[in-house]
Amino acid sequence: MTANHSTVPVLPDGLVIVVKRECETCRMVVPVITQLRGSGTTVTLYVQDDPSFPEGLNATHDADLAVSWHHDIETVPTVMRVKNGVEIERTVGWVRDEWERVTGVSGLGPDLPAFRPGCGSLSVDPDLVDRLRVRFGGSVLGARRVEVADLEDEFEAMFDRGWTDGLPVVPPTEQRVMRMLQGTTRAPSDVVAVVPPDLVEVTVEKIAINAVMAGCKPEYLPWVIAGVEAVCNDTFNIHGVLATTMPVGPVIVCNGPGTRAIGMNSGMNVFGQGNRANLTIGRAIQLVIRNVGGGRPGEVDRATHGNPGKISFCFAEDEIGSPWTSLATSRGIAPDTDALTVFPGEGPRCVVDQLARDPESLTNTFAACLRTLHNPKSVLAFDVIVVMGPEHARVYAEAGWDRERVLEELHARLQIPGDDLVRGAHGIAEGVPERLRGVTLPKFRPGGILLVHAGGGAGLFSAIIGGWANGEVGSQPVTKVVTK
Amino acid sequence: MSSATTDTTVLLDPTNERRVATMERVGRPESLRGLTVGLLDISKARGDVFIDRLEERLSEMGADVRRYKKPTFTKPAPVDLRHEIATQCQVVIEALAD
Repeated sequence: MTANHSTVPVLPDGLVIVVKRECETCRMVVPVITQLRGSGTTVTLYVQDDPSFPEGLNATHDADLAVSWHHDIETVPTVMRVKNGVEIERTVGWVRDEWERVTGVSGLGPDLPAFRPGCGSLSVDPDLVDRLRVRFGGSVLGARRVEVADLEDEFEAMFDRGWTDGLPVVPPTEQRVMRMLQGTTRAPSDVVAVVPPDLVEVTVEKIAINAVMAGCKPEYLPWVIAGVEAVCNDTFNIHGVLATTMPVGPVIVCNGPGTRAIGMNSGMNVFGQGNRANLTIGRAIQLVIRNVGGGRPGEVDRATHGNPGKISFCFAEDEIGSPWTSLATSRGIAPDTDALTVFPGEGPRCVVDQLARDPESLTNTFAACLRTLHNPKSVLAFDVIVVMGPEHARVYAEAGWDRERVLEELHARLQIPGDDLVRGAHGIAEGVPERLRGVTLPKFRPGGILLVHAGGGAGLFSAIIGGWANGEVGSQPVTKVVTK
Repeated sequence: MSSATTDTTVLLDPTNERRVATMERVGRPESLRGLTVGLLDISKARGDVFIDRLEERLSEMGADVRRYKKPTFTKPAPVDLRHEIATQCQVVIEALAD
Protein backbone atom coordinates (compact mmCIF):
# COMPACT_ATOMS: atom_id res chain seq x y z
CA MET A 1 0.00 0.00 0.00
CA THR A 2 2.86 2.38 0.78
CA ALA A 3 6.30 2.58 -0.74
CA ASN A 4 8.18 1.48 2.37
CA HIS A 5 6.06 -1.68 2.67
CA SER A 6 7.05 -2.74 -0.80
CA THR A 7 10.75 -1.98 -0.26
CA VAL A 8 12.74 -5.20 0.01
CA PRO A 9 14.66 -5.39 3.34
CA VAL A 10 18.38 -5.91 2.66
CA LEU A 11 19.86 -9.05 4.20
CA PRO A 12 23.04 -8.77 6.28
CA ASP A 13 26.13 -10.53 4.92
CA GLY A 14 27.04 -13.94 6.25
CA LEU A 15 24.51 -16.62 7.03
CA VAL A 16 20.83 -15.75 7.44
CA ILE A 17 18.55 -18.35 8.99
CA VAL A 18 14.76 -18.07 9.27
CA VAL A 19 12.90 -20.22 11.82
CA LYS A 20 9.66 -20.45 13.78
CA ARG A 21 9.10 -22.06 17.17
CA GLU A 22 6.04 -23.94 16.02
CA CYS A 23 8.19 -26.01 13.65
CA GLU A 24 9.65 -29.17 15.11
CA THR A 25 12.57 -29.21 12.65
CA CYS A 26 13.43 -25.60 13.64
CA ARG A 27 13.52 -26.67 17.31
CA MET A 28 15.67 -29.66 16.37
CA VAL A 29 18.32 -27.53 14.60
CA VAL A 30 18.82 -25.06 17.49
CA PRO A 31 22.07 -26.90 18.56
CA VAL A 32 23.29 -26.60 14.95
CA ILE A 33 22.71 -22.83 14.97
CA THR A 34 24.63 -22.63 18.28
CA GLN A 35 27.40 -24.70 16.68
CA LEU A 36 27.54 -22.29 13.67
CA ARG A 37 27.70 -19.24 15.96
CA GLY A 38 30.59 -20.95 17.81
CA SER A 39 32.47 -21.56 14.55
CA GLY A 40 33.02 -17.84 14.08
CA THR A 41 30.61 -17.53 11.17
CA THR A 42 28.32 -14.45 11.19
CA VAL A 43 24.82 -15.81 11.69
CA THR A 44 21.74 -13.54 11.59
CA LEU A 45 18.68 -15.30 12.87
CA TYR A 46 15.06 -14.33 12.14
CA VAL A 47 12.13 -15.87 13.98
CA GLN A 48 8.61 -15.62 12.59
CA ASP A 49 6.38 -16.42 15.57
CA ASP A 50 7.86 -16.31 19.09
CA PRO A 51 10.49 -13.56 19.65
CA SER A 52 11.96 -15.50 22.62
CA PHE A 53 12.87 -18.42 20.36
CA PRO A 54 15.53 -19.82 20.20
CA GLU A 55 16.41 -18.96 23.76
CA GLY A 56 19.68 -17.05 24.18
CA LEU A 57 20.41 -16.82 20.45
CA ASN A 58 19.23 -13.22 20.07
CA ALA A 59 16.94 -13.74 17.07
CA THR A 60 15.32 -10.79 15.28
CA HIS A 61 11.53 -11.01 15.33
CA ASP A 62 10.16 -10.84 11.75
CA ALA A 63 6.92 -9.63 13.30
CA ASP A 64 5.27 -8.29 10.15
CA LEU A 65 6.90 -11.06 8.05
CA ALA A 66 8.49 -8.44 5.77
CA VAL A 67 11.80 -10.32 5.59
CA SER A 68 10.09 -13.65 4.99
CA TRP A 69 7.71 -12.24 2.36
CA HIS A 70 10.24 -10.27 0.37
CA HIS A 71 12.82 -13.06 0.39
CA ASP A 72 10.31 -15.72 -0.66
CA ILE A 73 10.71 -17.91 2.41
CA GLU A 74 8.36 -20.81 1.78
CA THR A 75 9.83 -23.33 4.25
CA VAL A 76 11.42 -23.04 7.69
CA PRO A 77 14.15 -23.44 8.52
CA THR A 78 15.72 -21.68 5.54
CA VAL A 79 19.48 -21.05 5.50
CA MET A 80 20.84 -18.44 3.07
CA ARG A 81 24.39 -17.38 2.38
CA VAL A 82 24.53 -13.63 1.65
CA LYS A 83 27.39 -11.65 0.14
CA ASN A 84 27.29 -7.87 -0.45
CA GLY A 85 23.57 -7.94 0.39
CA VAL A 86 22.86 -10.53 -2.30
CA GLU A 87 21.73 -14.08 -1.63
CA ILE A 88 24.24 -16.55 -3.09
CA GLU A 89 22.48 -19.79 -2.25
CA ARG A 90 19.97 -21.34 0.17
CA THR A 91 18.78 -24.63 1.58
CA VAL A 92 15.48 -25.44 3.28
CA GLY A 93 14.51 -27.93 5.97
CA TRP A 94 17.33 -29.97 7.50
CA VAL A 95 19.64 -31.82 5.10
CA ARG A 96 23.04 -32.10 6.79
CA ASP A 97 25.04 -32.20 3.52
CA GLU A 98 23.21 -29.15 2.20
CA TRP A 99 23.69 -27.17 5.43
CA GLU A 100 27.40 -28.02 5.39
CA ARG A 101 27.71 -26.96 1.76
CA VAL A 102 25.86 -23.65 2.19
CA THR A 103 27.52 -22.72 5.50
CA GLY A 104 30.97 -24.06 4.64
CA VAL A 105 31.11 -25.65 8.11
CA SER A 106 31.48 -29.42 8.42
CA GLY A 107 30.44 -31.83 11.18
CA LEU A 108 27.09 -30.12 11.80
CA GLY A 109 24.55 -31.76 14.11
CA PRO A 110 26.36 -35.07 14.55
CA ASP A 111 23.55 -36.40 16.78
CA LEU A 112 20.79 -35.49 14.34
CA PRO A 113 19.35 -37.61 11.55
CA ALA A 114 20.79 -36.76 8.13
CA PHE A 115 17.51 -35.42 6.86
CA ARG A 116 14.26 -33.96 8.13
CA PRO A 117 11.79 -31.90 6.10
CA GLY A 118 10.96 -28.37 7.22
CA CYS A 119 7.59 -26.74 7.84
CA GLY A 120 5.57 -24.14 5.93
CA SER A 121 6.68 -20.56 6.41
CA LEU A 122 4.15 -18.24 8.11
CA SER A 123 4.52 -15.93 5.10
CA VAL A 124 2.79 -18.52 2.90
CA ASP A 125 0.13 -19.43 5.47
CA PRO A 126 -3.15 -19.41 3.54
CA ASP A 127 -4.79 -17.44 6.35
CA LEU A 128 -2.21 -14.66 6.08
CA VAL A 129 -1.06 -14.61 2.50
CA ASP A 130 -3.83 -12.35 1.13
CA ARG A 131 -3.12 -9.70 3.75
CA LEU A 132 0.61 -9.92 3.12
CA ARG A 133 0.12 -9.62 -0.63
CA VAL A 134 -1.82 -6.40 -0.12
CA ARG A 135 0.65 -5.07 2.46
CA PHE A 136 3.90 -5.86 0.71
CA GLY A 137 2.97 -6.53 -2.90
CA GLY A 138 2.81 -2.82 -3.71
CA SER A 139 -0.77 -2.11 -4.77
CA VAL A 140 -1.37 -2.65 -8.45
CA LEU A 141 -5.01 -1.71 -8.12
CA GLY A 142 -6.25 1.60 -9.39
CA ALA A 143 -9.86 1.66 -8.18
CA ARG A 144 -10.97 4.49 -5.95
CA ARG A 145 -10.88 3.55 -2.26
CA VAL A 146 -14.15 4.00 -0.42
CA GLU A 147 -13.78 4.13 3.34
CA VAL A 148 -16.70 2.84 5.38
CA ALA A 149 -17.00 4.39 8.82
CA ASP A 150 -16.62 2.12 11.84
CA LEU A 151 -20.22 2.75 12.84
CA GLU A 152 -21.55 2.21 9.34
CA ASP A 153 -22.79 -1.24 8.31
CA GLU A 154 -20.77 -2.06 5.20
CA PHE A 155 -23.58 -4.12 3.68
CA GLU A 156 -26.04 -1.26 4.08
CA ALA A 157 -23.39 1.15 2.77
CA MET A 158 -23.16 -0.86 -0.45
CA PHE A 159 -26.96 -0.91 -0.85
CA ASP A 160 -27.01 2.87 -0.24
CA ARG A 161 -24.43 3.46 -2.96
CA GLY A 162 -26.52 1.53 -5.49
CA TRP A 163 -23.87 -1.15 -6.05
CA THR A 164 -26.14 -4.17 -5.64
CA ASP A 165 -28.76 -6.00 -7.67
CA GLY A 166 -31.11 -5.99 -4.69
CA LEU A 167 -29.36 -8.81 -2.86
CA PRO A 168 -26.45 -8.30 -0.45
CA VAL A 169 -22.98 -8.34 -1.98
CA VAL A 170 -19.63 -9.39 -0.54
CA PRO A 171 -17.58 -6.30 0.47
CA PRO A 172 -14.85 -5.86 -2.19
CA THR A 173 -11.83 -5.27 0.03
CA GLU A 174 -8.37 -5.08 -1.49
CA GLN A 175 -7.49 -8.46 0.04
CA ARG A 176 -10.47 -10.16 -1.55
CA VAL A 177 -9.90 -8.49 -4.91
CA MET A 178 -6.20 -9.44 -4.92
CA ARG A 179 -7.19 -13.02 -4.13
CA MET A 180 -9.77 -12.95 -6.95
CA LEU A 181 -7.10 -11.74 -9.37
CA GLN A 182 -5.11 -14.92 -8.68
CA GLY A 183 -7.74 -16.64 -10.84
CA THR A 184 -6.42 -15.07 -14.05
CA THR A 185 -3.06 -14.55 -15.69
CA ARG A 186 -4.26 -11.25 -17.14
CA ALA A 187 -2.96 -7.98 -15.69
CA PRO A 188 -5.44 -6.02 -13.54
CA SER A 189 -5.09 -3.03 -15.86
CA ASP A 190 -5.96 -5.00 -19.03
CA VAL A 191 -9.00 -3.57 -20.77
CA VAL A 192 -11.50 -6.35 -21.47
CA ALA A 193 -14.37 -4.55 -23.19
CA VAL A 194 -16.35 -1.34 -23.55
CA VAL A 195 -19.50 -1.72 -21.47
CA PRO A 196 -22.86 -0.27 -22.53
CA PRO A 197 -24.90 1.72 -21.93
CA ASP A 198 -22.36 4.29 -20.71
CA LEU A 199 -19.71 2.85 -23.08
CA VAL A 200 -16.99 2.70 -20.43
CA GLU A 201 -13.83 0.61 -20.73
CA VAL A 202 -13.78 -2.18 -18.15
CA THR A 203 -10.51 -3.56 -16.80
CA VAL A 204 -9.78 -6.99 -15.35
CA GLU A 205 -9.59 -5.23 -11.97
CA LYS A 206 -13.11 -3.80 -12.17
CA ILE A 207 -14.43 -7.20 -13.25
CA ALA A 208 -12.63 -8.81 -10.29
CA ILE A 209 -14.19 -6.27 -7.90
CA ASN A 210 -17.67 -7.10 -9.17
CA ALA A 211 -16.87 -10.83 -9.12
CA VAL A 212 -15.95 -10.55 -5.43
CA MET A 213 -19.24 -8.77 -4.78
CA ALA A 214 -21.19 -11.45 -6.66
CA GLY A 215 -19.63 -14.15 -4.46
CA CYS A 216 -17.32 -15.74 -7.05
CA LYS A 217 -14.27 -17.84 -6.27
CA PRO A 218 -11.03 -16.89 -8.07
CA GLU A 219 -11.30 -19.91 -10.37
CA TYR A 220 -14.58 -18.53 -11.72
CA LEU A 221 -12.98 -15.25 -12.84
CA PRO A 222 -11.92 -16.41 -16.34
CA TRP A 223 -15.56 -17.35 -16.99
CA VAL A 224 -16.77 -13.95 -15.85
CA ILE A 225 -14.19 -12.19 -18.04
CA ALA A 226 -15.19 -14.29 -21.06
CA GLY A 227 -18.85 -13.55 -20.33
CA VAL A 228 -18.25 -9.80 -20.22
CA GLU A 229 -16.35 -10.04 -23.53
CA ALA A 230 -19.15 -12.10 -25.03
CA VAL A 231 -21.96 -9.66 -24.22
CA CYS A 232 -20.17 -6.33 -24.76
CA ASN A 233 -19.99 -6.14 -28.54
CA ASP A 234 -22.20 -5.10 -31.42
CA THR A 235 -23.10 -8.71 -32.24
CA PHE A 236 -24.64 -9.61 -28.87
CA ASN A 237 -25.69 -5.99 -28.31
CA ILE A 238 -26.12 -5.94 -24.53
CA HIS A 239 -27.24 -2.33 -24.91
CA GLY A 240 -30.40 -3.46 -26.66
CA VAL A 241 -30.85 -6.54 -24.46
CA LEU A 242 -30.73 -4.24 -21.43
CA ALA A 243 -32.86 -1.43 -22.84
CA THR A 244 -35.68 -3.52 -24.29
CA THR A 245 -39.12 -3.67 -22.76
CA MET A 246 -39.03 -7.47 -23.30
CA PRO A 247 -38.13 -9.71 -20.32
CA VAL A 248 -34.70 -10.87 -21.50
CA GLY A 249 -31.20 -10.91 -20.11
CA PRO A 250 -27.97 -12.70 -20.94
CA VAL A 251 -28.38 -16.48 -20.59
CA ILE A 252 -24.94 -18.07 -20.29
CA VAL A 253 -24.38 -21.68 -21.37
CA CYS A 254 -20.97 -23.05 -20.31
CA ASN A 255 -19.08 -25.90 -21.96
CA GLY A 256 -15.83 -27.77 -21.46
CA PRO A 257 -13.97 -29.67 -18.75
CA GLY A 258 -13.50 -26.44 -16.79
CA THR A 259 -17.21 -26.41 -15.96
CA ARG A 260 -16.67 -29.65 -14.02
CA ALA A 261 -13.39 -28.45 -12.51
CA ILE A 262 -15.12 -25.44 -10.94
CA GLY A 263 -18.13 -27.48 -9.89
CA MET A 264 -20.82 -26.05 -12.15
CA ASN A 265 -24.21 -27.69 -12.19
CA SER A 266 -25.44 -29.27 -15.42
CA GLY A 267 -27.80 -31.74 -13.78
CA MET A 268 -30.61 -31.74 -11.26
CA ASN A 269 -32.17 -28.28 -10.71
CA VAL A 270 -29.81 -26.89 -13.35
CA PHE A 271 -31.52 -23.48 -13.54
CA GLY A 272 -32.30 -23.36 -9.84
CA GLN A 273 -30.74 -22.40 -6.56
CA GLY A 274 -27.88 -24.06 -4.77
CA ASN A 275 -24.84 -23.97 -7.03
CA ARG A 276 -22.34 -21.23 -6.29
CA ALA A 277 -20.54 -21.22 -9.67
CA ASN A 278 -23.73 -21.12 -11.76
CA LEU A 279 -25.26 -18.36 -9.68
CA THR A 280 -22.28 -16.11 -9.08
CA ILE A 281 -20.75 -16.16 -12.59
CA GLY A 282 -24.00 -14.93 -14.12
CA ARG A 283 -24.49 -12.46 -11.30
CA ALA A 284 -20.98 -11.02 -11.68
CA ILE A 285 -21.54 -10.33 -15.38
CA GLN A 286 -24.79 -8.52 -14.58
CA LEU A 287 -23.10 -6.52 -11.80
CA VAL A 288 -20.47 -5.36 -14.33
CA ILE A 289 -23.28 -4.17 -16.62
CA ARG A 290 -24.87 -2.36 -13.69
CA ASN A 291 -21.86 -0.87 -11.96
CA VAL A 292 -19.42 -0.27 -14.80
CA GLY A 293 -21.86 0.11 -17.69
CA GLY A 294 -24.40 2.06 -15.65
CA GLY A 295 -27.24 -0.20 -16.81
CA ARG A 296 -29.89 -0.01 -14.10
CA PRO A 297 -33.58 -0.97 -14.06
CA GLY A 298 -35.85 2.02 -14.48
CA GLU A 299 -33.08 3.94 -16.22
CA VAL A 300 -31.76 2.44 -19.48
CA ASP A 301 -33.24 -0.95 -18.50
CA ARG A 302 -36.88 -0.46 -19.51
CA ALA A 303 -38.16 -4.04 -19.09
CA THR A 304 -41.93 -4.29 -18.69
CA HIS A 305 -41.65 -7.37 -16.47
CA GLY A 306 -38.04 -8.54 -16.58
CA ASN A 307 -37.45 -12.02 -15.22
CA PRO A 308 -35.69 -13.52 -12.18
CA GLY A 309 -32.89 -14.71 -14.48
CA LYS A 310 -31.77 -11.11 -14.86
CA ILE A 311 -30.04 -11.53 -11.49
CA SER A 312 -28.19 -14.55 -12.88
CA PHE A 313 -28.97 -17.16 -15.52
CA CYS A 314 -25.92 -19.32 -16.10
CA PHE A 315 -25.53 -23.09 -16.32
CA ALA A 316 -23.34 -25.83 -17.76
CA GLU A 317 -24.25 -28.32 -20.46
CA ASP A 318 -24.23 -31.97 -19.37
CA GLU A 319 -21.64 -33.15 -21.87
CA ILE A 320 -20.75 -36.43 -20.17
CA GLY A 321 -24.30 -37.77 -20.40
CA SER A 322 -25.12 -36.20 -23.75
CA PRO A 323 -25.69 -38.28 -26.88
CA TRP A 324 -24.71 -35.24 -28.96
CA THR A 325 -21.84 -32.89 -29.64
CA SER A 326 -21.91 -29.92 -27.27
CA LEU A 327 -23.44 -26.54 -28.02
CA ALA A 328 -19.98 -24.92 -28.14
CA THR A 329 -18.67 -27.57 -30.54
CA SER A 330 -21.70 -27.11 -32.76
CA ARG A 331 -20.78 -23.43 -32.88
CA GLY A 332 -17.23 -24.06 -34.08
CA ILE A 333 -15.27 -24.50 -30.85
CA ALA A 334 -12.88 -27.49 -30.62
CA PRO A 335 -14.19 -30.35 -28.42
CA ASP A 336 -13.17 -30.29 -24.74
CA THR A 337 -12.39 -26.59 -24.87
CA ASP A 338 -13.71 -24.29 -22.17
CA ALA A 339 -16.14 -21.87 -23.77
CA LEU A 340 -19.39 -20.07 -23.06
CA THR A 341 -22.28 -19.02 -25.24
CA VAL A 342 -24.42 -15.99 -24.42
CA PHE A 343 -28.02 -15.82 -25.56
CA PRO A 344 -30.58 -13.05 -24.99
CA GLY A 345 -33.19 -15.10 -23.16
CA GLU A 346 -36.33 -14.94 -21.08
CA GLY A 347 -37.10 -17.35 -18.24
CA PRO A 348 -37.26 -21.09 -18.99
CA ARG A 349 -40.55 -22.92 -19.42
CA CYS A 350 -41.24 -26.58 -19.22
CA VAL A 351 -42.02 -28.99 -22.06
CA VAL A 352 -43.89 -32.03 -20.73
CA ASP A 353 -44.16 -35.27 -22.66
CA GLN A 354 -44.27 -38.39 -20.53
CA LEU A 355 -45.65 -40.80 -23.10
CA ALA A 356 -43.52 -40.44 -26.22
CA ARG A 357 -41.15 -43.35 -26.71
CA ASP A 358 -40.38 -42.67 -30.36
CA PRO A 359 -38.55 -39.62 -31.72
CA GLU A 360 -41.29 -38.60 -34.16
CA SER A 361 -43.93 -38.29 -31.45
CA LEU A 362 -41.56 -36.43 -29.12
CA THR A 363 -40.53 -34.05 -31.90
CA ASN A 364 -44.19 -33.30 -32.56
CA THR A 365 -44.54 -32.22 -28.93
CA PHE A 366 -41.47 -29.98 -29.12
CA ALA A 367 -42.68 -28.41 -32.36
CA ALA A 368 -46.15 -27.75 -30.93
CA CYS A 369 -44.67 -26.07 -27.84
CA LEU A 370 -42.12 -24.10 -29.83
CA ARG A 371 -44.83 -22.92 -32.19
CA THR A 372 -46.34 -20.84 -29.36
CA LEU A 373 -43.10 -19.04 -28.48
CA HIS A 374 -43.86 -15.37 -27.71
CA ASN A 375 -46.99 -15.61 -29.87
CA PRO A 376 -48.24 -18.54 -31.97
CA LYS A 377 -48.42 -16.11 -34.88
CA SER A 378 -44.92 -14.72 -34.49
CA VAL A 379 -42.34 -16.06 -36.96
CA LEU A 380 -38.64 -15.56 -37.68
CA ALA A 381 -38.20 -12.73 -35.20
CA PHE A 382 -36.89 -14.74 -32.25
CA ASP A 383 -34.40 -17.57 -31.63
CA VAL A 384 -34.77 -20.20 -28.90
CA ILE A 385 -32.70 -22.53 -26.75
CA VAL A 386 -34.11 -26.02 -26.31
CA VAL A 387 -32.67 -27.53 -23.15
CA MET A 388 -33.25 -31.24 -23.61
CA GLY A 389 -33.62 -33.24 -20.41
CA PRO A 390 -31.70 -36.55 -20.26
CA GLU A 391 -34.86 -38.68 -20.33
CA HIS A 392 -36.05 -36.98 -23.51
CA ALA A 393 -32.56 -37.09 -25.05
CA ARG A 394 -32.51 -40.85 -24.43
CA VAL A 395 -35.47 -41.32 -26.79
CA TYR A 396 -33.46 -39.68 -29.56
CA ALA A 397 -30.24 -41.49 -28.64
CA GLU A 398 -31.97 -44.89 -28.79
CA ALA A 399 -33.39 -44.04 -32.22
CA GLY A 400 -29.95 -42.91 -33.44
CA TRP A 401 -30.92 -39.28 -34.10
CA ASP A 402 -27.92 -36.97 -33.90
CA ARG A 403 -28.04 -33.23 -33.18
CA GLU A 404 -28.46 -32.35 -36.86
CA ARG A 405 -31.33 -34.80 -37.31
CA VAL A 406 -33.19 -33.48 -34.27
CA LEU A 407 -32.87 -29.88 -35.46
CA GLU A 408 -33.78 -30.77 -39.03
CA GLU A 409 -36.95 -32.59 -37.91
CA LEU A 410 -37.93 -29.72 -35.62
CA HIS A 411 -37.52 -27.11 -38.37
CA ALA A 412 -39.48 -29.33 -40.75
CA ARG A 413 -42.43 -29.38 -38.33
CA LEU A 414 -42.33 -25.62 -37.85
CA GLN A 415 -43.19 -24.51 -41.40
CA ILE A 416 -46.41 -22.55 -41.02
CA PRO A 417 -48.92 -21.52 -43.72
CA GLY A 418 -49.14 -17.74 -44.06
CA ASP A 419 -52.93 -18.04 -43.95
CA ASP A 420 -52.62 -18.97 -40.27
CA LEU A 421 -50.24 -16.12 -39.57
CA VAL A 422 -51.70 -13.02 -41.21
CA ARG A 423 -53.09 -10.25 -39.07
CA GLY A 424 -56.59 -11.10 -37.93
CA ALA A 425 -56.35 -14.83 -38.66
CA HIS A 426 -57.87 -17.00 -35.91
CA GLY A 427 -59.35 -13.85 -34.39
CA ILE A 428 -55.95 -12.55 -33.35
CA ALA A 429 -54.90 -9.09 -34.47
CA GLU A 430 -51.20 -9.87 -34.08
CA GLY A 431 -49.61 -11.40 -37.16
CA VAL A 432 -47.72 -10.92 -40.40
CA PRO A 433 -48.85 -8.57 -43.22
CA GLU A 434 -51.73 -9.71 -45.43
CA ARG A 435 -49.42 -9.97 -48.47
CA LEU A 436 -47.85 -13.09 -46.89
CA ARG A 437 -51.11 -15.03 -47.17
CA GLY A 438 -50.41 -18.15 -49.24
CA VAL A 439 -46.70 -18.16 -48.36
CA THR A 440 -45.24 -20.78 -46.00
CA LEU A 441 -43.07 -19.26 -43.27
CA PRO A 442 -40.67 -20.94 -40.84
CA LYS A 443 -41.15 -20.26 -37.13
CA PHE A 444 -37.36 -19.99 -36.71
CA ARG A 445 -34.61 -18.76 -39.00
CA PRO A 446 -31.92 -21.32 -39.97
CA GLY A 447 -29.73 -21.85 -36.90
CA GLY A 448 -32.38 -20.20 -34.75
CA ILE A 449 -32.82 -23.26 -32.51
CA LEU A 450 -29.93 -23.88 -30.11
CA LEU A 451 -29.89 -27.37 -28.64
CA VAL A 452 -28.38 -28.01 -25.20
CA HIS A 453 -28.38 -31.18 -23.07
CA ALA A 454 -28.90 -30.53 -19.34
CA GLY A 455 -31.07 -31.37 -16.37
CA GLY A 456 -31.62 -34.13 -13.80
CA GLY A 457 -31.68 -37.79 -14.66
CA ALA A 458 -35.33 -38.29 -13.71
CA GLY A 459 -38.26 -36.56 -15.37
CA LEU A 460 -39.58 -36.69 -18.93
CA PHE A 461 -39.27 -32.92 -19.22
CA SER A 462 -37.26 -30.40 -21.16
CA ALA A 463 -37.16 -26.61 -21.20
CA ILE A 464 -37.32 -23.89 -23.79
CA ILE A 465 -35.82 -20.44 -23.37
CA GLY A 466 -37.25 -17.84 -25.73
CA GLY A 467 -35.04 -15.18 -27.25
CA TRP A 468 -35.23 -11.56 -28.30
CA ALA A 469 -35.11 -9.67 -31.61
CA ASN A 470 -32.60 -11.69 -33.60
CA GLY A 471 -30.18 -11.02 -36.41
CA GLU A 472 -28.36 -7.82 -37.17
CA VAL A 473 -31.20 -5.59 -36.00
CA GLY A 474 -31.13 -7.15 -32.52
CA SER A 475 -28.89 -9.68 -30.84
CA GLN A 476 -27.02 -12.76 -32.03
CA PRO A 477 -25.73 -15.52 -29.73
CA VAL A 478 -21.98 -15.21 -29.18
CA THR A 479 -19.58 -18.02 -28.20
CA LYS A 480 -16.21 -17.25 -26.59
CA VAL A 481 -13.35 -19.46 -25.51
CA VAL A 482 -12.51 -19.16 -21.80
CA THR A 483 -8.81 -18.69 -21.08
CA LYS A 484 -6.99 -18.31 -17.79
CA MET B 1 -0.08 -10.28 12.47
CA SER B 2 -2.50 -7.78 14.01
CA SER B 3 -0.22 -5.03 12.70
CA ALA B 4 -1.20 -5.94 9.14
CA THR B 5 -4.87 -5.09 9.60
CA THR B 6 -6.83 -1.93 10.24
CA ASP B 7 -10.22 -1.50 11.83
CA THR B 8 -11.82 0.67 9.17
CA THR B 9 -13.17 -1.17 6.14
CA VAL B 10 -11.86 0.13 2.85
CA LEU B 11 -13.75 -1.00 -0.23
CA LEU B 12 -12.74 -0.78 -3.88
CA ASP B 13 -15.20 1.17 -6.00
CA PRO B 14 -16.96 -1.25 -8.40
CA THR B 15 -18.35 1.53 -10.60
CA ASN B 16 -16.90 3.28 -13.63
CA GLU B 17 -15.95 6.28 -11.43
CA ARG B 18 -17.07 8.59 -14.19
CA ARG B 19 -17.58 12.23 -13.39
CA VAL B 20 -20.44 13.19 -15.66
CA ALA B 21 -19.93 16.60 -17.22
CA THR B 22 -23.02 18.76 -16.80
CA MET B 23 -23.97 20.76 -19.87
CA GLU B 24 -26.25 23.77 -20.16
CA ARG B 25 -29.43 23.08 -22.07
CA VAL B 26 -29.90 25.13 -25.20
CA GLY B 27 -32.59 27.77 -24.62
CA ARG B 28 -36.09 26.86 -25.78
CA PRO B 29 -36.93 28.68 -29.05
CA GLU B 30 -39.84 31.14 -28.92
CA SER B 31 -41.18 29.79 -32.17
CA LEU B 32 -40.32 27.03 -34.63
CA ARG B 33 -40.94 29.26 -37.68
CA GLY B 34 -37.90 29.21 -39.93
CA LEU B 35 -36.00 26.73 -37.76
CA THR B 36 -34.72 23.38 -39.04
CA VAL B 37 -36.39 20.59 -37.06
CA GLY B 38 -34.96 17.06 -37.29
CA LEU B 39 -37.32 14.12 -36.84
CA LEU B 40 -35.46 10.94 -35.87
CA ASP B 41 -37.28 7.69 -36.62
CA ILE B 42 -35.79 4.93 -34.46
CA SER B 43 -36.99 2.23 -36.89
CA LYS B 44 -39.62 0.78 -34.61
CA ALA B 45 -42.81 -0.51 -36.22
CA ARG B 46 -45.37 2.24 -36.88
CA GLY B 47 -43.09 4.99 -35.58
CA ASP B 48 -43.39 6.47 -39.06
CA VAL B 49 -47.15 6.94 -38.59
CA PHE B 50 -46.48 9.20 -35.64
CA ILE B 51 -43.60 11.02 -37.32
CA ASP B 52 -45.56 11.63 -40.54
CA ARG B 53 -48.20 13.42 -38.52
CA LEU B 54 -45.59 15.42 -36.63
CA GLU B 55 -44.02 16.49 -39.91
CA GLU B 56 -47.39 17.74 -41.17
CA ARG B 57 -48.04 19.75 -38.02
CA LEU B 58 -44.54 21.21 -37.84
CA SER B 59 -44.54 22.19 -41.50
CA GLU B 60 -47.84 24.01 -40.95
CA MET B 61 -46.09 25.95 -38.19
CA GLY B 62 -43.42 27.11 -40.63
CA ALA B 63 -40.61 24.77 -39.59
CA ASP B 64 -38.19 23.31 -42.10
CA VAL B 65 -38.51 19.59 -41.31
CA ARG B 66 -35.82 17.03 -42.07
CA ARG B 67 -36.22 13.29 -41.55
CA TYR B 68 -33.57 10.93 -40.16
CA LYS B 69 -33.66 7.22 -39.38
CA LYS B 70 -31.65 4.92 -37.15
CA PRO B 71 -30.66 1.57 -38.77
CA THR B 72 -32.23 -0.34 -35.84
CA PHE B 73 -34.12 0.62 -32.72
CA THR B 74 -32.07 -1.81 -30.61
CA LYS B 75 -28.78 0.06 -30.88
CA PRO B 76 -27.72 3.66 -30.23
CA ALA B 77 -27.75 6.02 -33.20
CA PRO B 78 -24.43 5.82 -35.08
CA VAL B 79 -22.09 8.70 -34.34
CA ASP B 80 -22.18 9.95 -37.94
CA LEU B 81 -25.96 10.24 -37.81
CA ARG B 82 -25.80 12.14 -34.52
CA HIS B 83 -23.23 14.50 -36.01
CA GLU B 84 -25.33 15.04 -39.13
CA ILE B 85 -28.38 15.96 -37.07
CA ALA B 86 -26.38 18.24 -34.77
CA THR B 87 -24.88 20.20 -37.66
CA GLN B 88 -28.06 20.46 -39.75
CA CYS B 89 -30.79 21.11 -37.17
CA GLN B 90 -31.62 23.60 -34.43
CA VAL B 91 -34.23 21.32 -32.89
CA VAL B 92 -34.57 17.54 -32.87
CA ILE B 93 -37.48 15.28 -31.93
CA GLU B 94 -36.79 11.59 -31.32
CA ALA B 95 -39.92 9.52 -31.53
CA LEU B 96 -40.44 6.18 -29.84
CA ALA B 97 -43.45 4.18 -30.86
CA ASP B 98 -44.71 0.70 -30.20
